[in-house]
Amino acid sequence: MPVILATDLIVFFLIAMAVYFAIGSRKEGTIKTAWHELRKNKLAMLCLAILSVYVALATMDSIRWRDAILEESGKAALTPDGAIIYSPQALSVLDRVFSNIRTNTEKTYSTPLSSRQYSKESVEKPDGTIVRDYPILKYPGTHLFGTDKVGNDVFFIALKGVRTGIVIGAGTTIIIIPFAIFFGVIAGFYGGLIDDIVQYIYTTLSSIPGVLLIVSFMLLFGTSGYQGGLLSELNIRLGFFVPNERLFWLCVILGITSWTDLCRLIRGETLKLRELEYVQAAKAFGVGKLSIISRHIVPNVMHLVLITFVLQFSGLVLAEAVLSYIGIGVGPEMGSWGNMINTARLELSREPVVWWNLLAAFIFMFGLVLPANIFGDAVRDALDPRLRYR
Amino acid sequence: MSAPIIEVKDLKTYFQTPKGIAKSVDGVSFSIPRGGTFALVGESGCGKSVTALSLIQLVPEPAGYIAGGEILLNGKDIISLTESEKRNIRGNKISMIFQEPMTSLNPVFTIGDQIMETIRLHQGKTKKEAQEIAIDMFRKVGLPNPEAMINEYPHRLSGGMRQRIMIAIALACKPDLLIADEPTTALDVTIQDQILKLINELKASMGTAVLLITHNLALVYQNAETVGVMYAGKIAEMASTKDLFRNPMHPYTVKLLRSIPGGKKRGKALDTIIGTVPPATSYPLGCHFAGRCPREMEGCATIEPPLAERAPGHLVACHLHDPEFMNKPYSKPIRQEPDKLSPLATPFKDREIILEVKNLKTYYPIRKGLLKRVVGNVAAVDGIDLSIRQGSTLALVGESGCGKTTAGKSIIQLIRPTEGEILFRNNDLARLGDRELKKYRSLIQIIFQDPYSSLNPRLMVKDTIEEGLKTLKPDMGKEARMKRIASTLERVGLVPEMMYRYPHEFSGGQRQRIGIARALAVDPEFIVCDEAVSALDVSVQAQILNLLKSIQRDFGLSFLFITHDLSVVEYIADEVAVMYAGKIVERNRTEEIFSNPQHDYTKKLLSAIPRIDESLVNAWKLPGHH
Repeated sequence: MPVILATDLIVFFLIAMAVYFAIGSRKEGTIKTAWHELRKNKLAMLCLAILSVYVALATMDSIRWRDAILEESGKAALTPDGAIIYSPQALSVLDRVFSNIRTNTEKTYSTPLSSRQYSKESVEKPDGTIVRDYPILKYPGTHLFGTDKVGNDVFFIALKGVRTGIVIGAGTTIIIIPFAIFFGVIAGFYGGLIDDIVQYIYTTLSSIPGVLLIVSFMLLFGTSGYQGGLLSELNIRLGFFVPNERLFWLCVILGITSWTDLCRLIRGETLKLRELEYVQAAKAFGVGKLSIISRHIVPNVMHLVLITFVLQFSGLVLAEAVLSYIGIGVGPEMGSWGNMINTARLELSREPVVWWNLLAAFIFMFGLVLPANIFGDAVRDALDPRLRYR
Repeated sequence: MSAPIIEVKDLKTYFQTPKGIAKSVDGVSFSIPRGGTFALVGESGCGKSVTALSLIQLVPEPAGYIAGGEILLNGKDIISLTESEKRNIRGNKISMIFQEPMTSLNPVFTIGDQIMETIRLHQGKTKKEAQEIAIDMFRKVGLPNPEAMINEYPHRLSGGMRQRIMIAIALACKPDLLIADEPTTALDVTIQDQILKLINELKASMGTAVLLITHNLALVYQNAETVGVMYAGKIAEMASTKDLFRNPMHPYTVKLLRSIPGGKKRGKALDTIIGTVPPATSYPLGCHFAGRCPREMEGCATIEPPLAERAPGHLVACHLHDPEFMNKPYSKPIRQEPDKLSPLATPFKDREIILEVKNLKTYYPIRKGLLKRVVGNVAAVDGIDLSIRQGSTLALVGESGCGKTTAGKSIIQLIRPTEGEILFRNNDLARLGDRELKKYRSLIQIIFQDPYSSLNPRLMVKDTIEEGLKTLKPDMGKEARMKRIASTLERVGLVPEMMYRYPHEFSGGQRQRIGIARALAVDPEFIVCDEAVSALDVSVQAQILNLLKSIQRDFGLSFLFITHDLSVVEYIADEVAVMYAGKIVERNRTEEIFSNPQHDYTKKLLSAIPRIDESLVNAWKLPGHH
């Protein structure tokens, strides 16, 4: 029985966009020229490869289904009216692929790739004597980033964080961009009353303290939603769709609080562009306003959009950590780097220090944010014909 | 004459660029005596400004560096000084005024603060003494009410006033050398006249030496004693102003002088120079002008001509004047351009009137308050009448802010006028709706000033030109469109293959040609040229003016030429309308306006433009072969 979360739609949209650009890069046009430029940049290609791995992981983690509960006999268990009973746990492709490390849990902490536990216990020796020693793990040497307090594999938790990171970073920006471009461009291009209204909206929004708005919004919508972990029948619509999801609301509110900056930038740029002579020339040809906007204005504000996308992306991934820290971010059962950092806070203040939780979160975040920045820069340059043929 | 205040010997300023070393200044020598004015003149990118920055030791580091030579200020070399010693010279011994008065003053300090800062820093005066000096300087530069001026902020002052303040600041410490880098390029011609007079007066009374850097040859003719013509990092010719303008010896100087538009050249094509200035990273080994020179010889590209005295007090760097070189076998000419200007005439006949403007008014509303109510209007164009005949050129001249650009945009309906009629072939454009107007859009077009902002950097040339065709000639098939684009590009002197390139791959002049092609592609009958050649170098300007004249001749186009440059007007216009504060103060045939101006403002305008004596024009001949 498949299960689709609201945020899965964001991931699928991201993939659809990637496919669109991949097809676009085969046909003649701007995308093809940009792709051609991009291919020359080896570093950007490396970053693209890394990003693809991340997106692939996020995709694998976004396709999930519930298995039927089996009876002893191996047949599916049925309700009294004859419907199949499904497990409340929806396992994703990622869960199933990494089934080994997911289920190979230890008792408690162990350092990366170690064969022994991190804390001493009373261990019975073969000769019957009992000594206090570091016990040998059940699965020694298999935990790349060690295990956490309850013995879960940290590498696997970090892997689960990939989807959350991508959704928060890309999802929020995807929500922002259309609004920011639309409002920014119409405010700048038409001016007058429209400009006043748009400015009024974003000035009002940005005059509300962001954190307070996020907190109240999350308390209002987020708490009733699906938090990760086991599914409740209350959350499911149409038998497979989970529209009310905490992570999704988080994306929405982060989008609401952060579109104003980009909108303001775009409005300013549009104000400048609309007076430029090539726009005047188009007007002198009687070219329609919509086509002036789409040909002359929007392409020339895209560099702002890309820069903001990249900056926001990193910022949002980090914001998720902060929000999880104060308890209004992602649910505790959903793997996220923010949650890992939050737990690491306590682990770093204990003795001896447990550092691998933080390290894993750091490496995974770094591995996403840095290539995203470099790739974003490269894309911006590739899209700008002025920088070509250097 | 006394010992020179500044002496520059073989100055070389290079820049490290990704493409190699750019030899922006490649061996320049000159000297300026006390109270003298030396002008460095040349087109953009020839190294004039870098020379100035080298003198004041402000070459942008670390990319730029002084690679050789000496700069002697009162006999002492300043290149080897320490940074703090250099700081002591800047603003004190050598000071500089810049082109853009609007951005040279800090908007958050009063002008009094800004001038007193310099005085106190360099002269160790108390605040009170500094204030007295400041007031005295303000009086000297002719600011009204200097005591009150001290407390004014820059934004409250006009461009001309700000430039006066810049001069006051520059001269406050009584420097030995004043560098004026295009001091009047951003100013109106009447203000320009005042500023240059002011510089000359102060120079005479304070004994300051002046290095005047400009691209305007007429300005040099009237204001400098000695001139150095710079080309591609080198001085091509240096002589007293009188000698240079009477007897230009370097082919580049001759070409440059002959490309300046003016009344004497009416009906003829302006002289142009083939090709473009090579990039500073790849100058030819020999003469930098080789490859473009109308008298190039076999040895020119490889043997460097020395800057040598070829007539009394007249230095030229050209092999043509070197008898020894001319006797060598490699003096065989490889290019021999004719020494005559070809005719390019469009005789003005009384043809039918194509466009008539009656009582045009364009007001900008002033909105105030929360509800943005209109509390008043700015009358940008306040009731003007114009008429333009088919195949002729009407020039609309005036200073910045007089409403001439608004008038032009109102005529082609980029701005809807508040009142009045615009009769194009007896149809009132002002009264047409957007849809009906579309029929006329292809007949009335516009060419803009700035070749950099007039093309969308993200569209290929093809798309830029195609846009108008797609909108205004929707019946045209794709193939026909492409044919049209190719033929139009050819017509404006570009190669059809260039349509697949982006704007940044072209030079300023080429971009302007693309702008012309864009307008031309839709078969217009009337084109507004809004300062269409004002941003271009004089040799490029000549090419564009020639192009405009030739398309006018071939297609019978009418131009409304909006400009502030009266020498262009004198060359190209059949009729002139002088605009002042939203109104037209005088309208007449070009010859009449220039020979017999009626309105006081026209007289003032004409007397303010720097001019080169027209009788010299016939003396400008390319050096001949022996």
